[in-house]
Amino acid sequence: MTFIGEVIQWFLNGSHWQGDGGIPHRTLEHIELSAVSMLAAMAIALPVGIVIGHFGRGGTLAINISNVGRALPSFALLVIAFELFGLGAFNGAIPPFVALVALGIPPIVTNSYLGMREVDADIREAAKGMGMRARLVLWRVELPIALPFIMAGIRTSAVNIVATATLAALVAWGGLGRFIVDGLGQQEYPMLYAGAILVGLLSLIVEFSLAGVQRLVTPAGLRTSKSIQKEEALGTSFDSAAVLA
Amino acid sequence: MLATGVVGAVDDPWIRWDWTTRHLDVIGAALSQHIELTVVAVGLGVLIALPLGLLAWRERVLRGPVISLTGILYTIPSLALFSLLIPITGLSILTAEIGLVSYTLLILIRNIVTGLDAVPAEVREAARGMGYRPRKQLFQVEIPLAIPSIMAGIRIATVTTIGLVTVTALIGEGGLGSLIYDGLLRDFKTPLLIGSVLSVALALVADLSLSGLQRVITPWSRGRATT
Repeated sequence: MTFIGEVIQWFLNGSHWQGDGGIPHRTLEHIELSAVSMLAAMAIALPVGIVIGHFGRGGTLAINISNVGRALPSFALLVIAFELFGLGAFNGAIPPFVALVALGIPPIVTNSYLGMREVDADIREAAKGMGMRARLVLWRVELPIALPFIMAGIRTSAVNIVATATLAALVAWGGLGRFIVDGLGQQEYPMLYAGAILVGLLSLIVEFSLAGVQRLVTPAGLRTSKSIQKEEALGTSFDSAAVLA
Repeated sequence: MLATGVVGAVDDPWIRWDWTTRHLDVIGAALSQHIELTVVAVGLGVLIALPLGLLAWRERVLRGPVISLTGILYTIPSLALFSLLIPITGLSILTAEIGLVSYTLLILIRNIVTGLDAVPAEVREAARGMGYRPRKQLFQVEIPLAIPSIMAGIRIATVTTIGLVTVTALIGEGGLGSLIYDGLLRDFKTPLLIGSVLSVALALVADLSLSGLQRVITPWSRGRATT
């Protein structure tokens, strides 16, 4: 009881809400690093996954990349990136950025690929038969059908990235992980606990809001489809992708 | 924890073989702790997930809550989950294992449910028609047919756990993660690289062995394409 009291005290302490080391600034840092890494990962992974899926070549690569990605420990990636790039510019944001981008790419590639493969050949044929040009088929037919899967990949990546950004505090960057790492280092358990709660909350918010977006982008005609329902119920389709693999 | 080496040299190479050969015992101990932490976590995970998965599959009402609850556990970042446990279980192997087991549950339960769901209705009918009682049907027909999906879950859980074990270095365990952490703290690349490479290698070996095991225990699915 006393411990919970100490954690509440920590949250109520006004000085923990101010300045560079305060909760708002640390939260902002966390979101900033995650968002920039996420955008970069999407910019690289979406075209790759969509192109591979569209042409149907290189599927083994698209699927295996997430298996390899899973085997790479995020902690090792971060530390190696730190050794490679040093602290560098942007307050030491470069090493965690590189590690987070590398971590974010595989699920997006795999899921975009699987989403594009989900498009029935008959549907493509029908679109072509209706006189749609290849580009139009891609934008009006294939991508809308693939979108829920693509979103599932983005969601998995985003949750991974937000979680791993916590570890970034180990090498250099601030973010919410700072509270955890410093709490552990100084054996200041109320701070450690507060940090863990904040990180946990942020991750859950990201997971649930992206799950909502995923539901929104699912075309009405696909909402009853069994495979999509499964995606929703089971969450991270990144792993169901590997089940198929 | 590790014996002294030249630390933090500016031109510290990625690997120093002299250090490596002198510390094979430390590396071996880290590797075996890594394997131990992983085996215990996945083993306990399977023991917990099998009954829960069966229950979630049988009782449709329980499916949502079981999957959501384990999904929430899965979403919480590992370092945060370990930290939340520290005031209760301290900096101990128990803290590490509780966290690691939690992360296997979603993957395992989901694949158990998906695998059992995928058993064709005709097969179930046929089994019933042949006079199988529900229990015998479950153990002799349904579970064997779900093995590929369950094994896929075990493989993903194992590979994921091997990666997560490295994070437990921060709470004083870590297996190969302790080499990585030590390298980071001392700015000495050799243990860091060895820890990372061995961890990836371990994950790949574990994945290949489990897929070999799967082929052995499901002889009927050989010949069909199961990559």
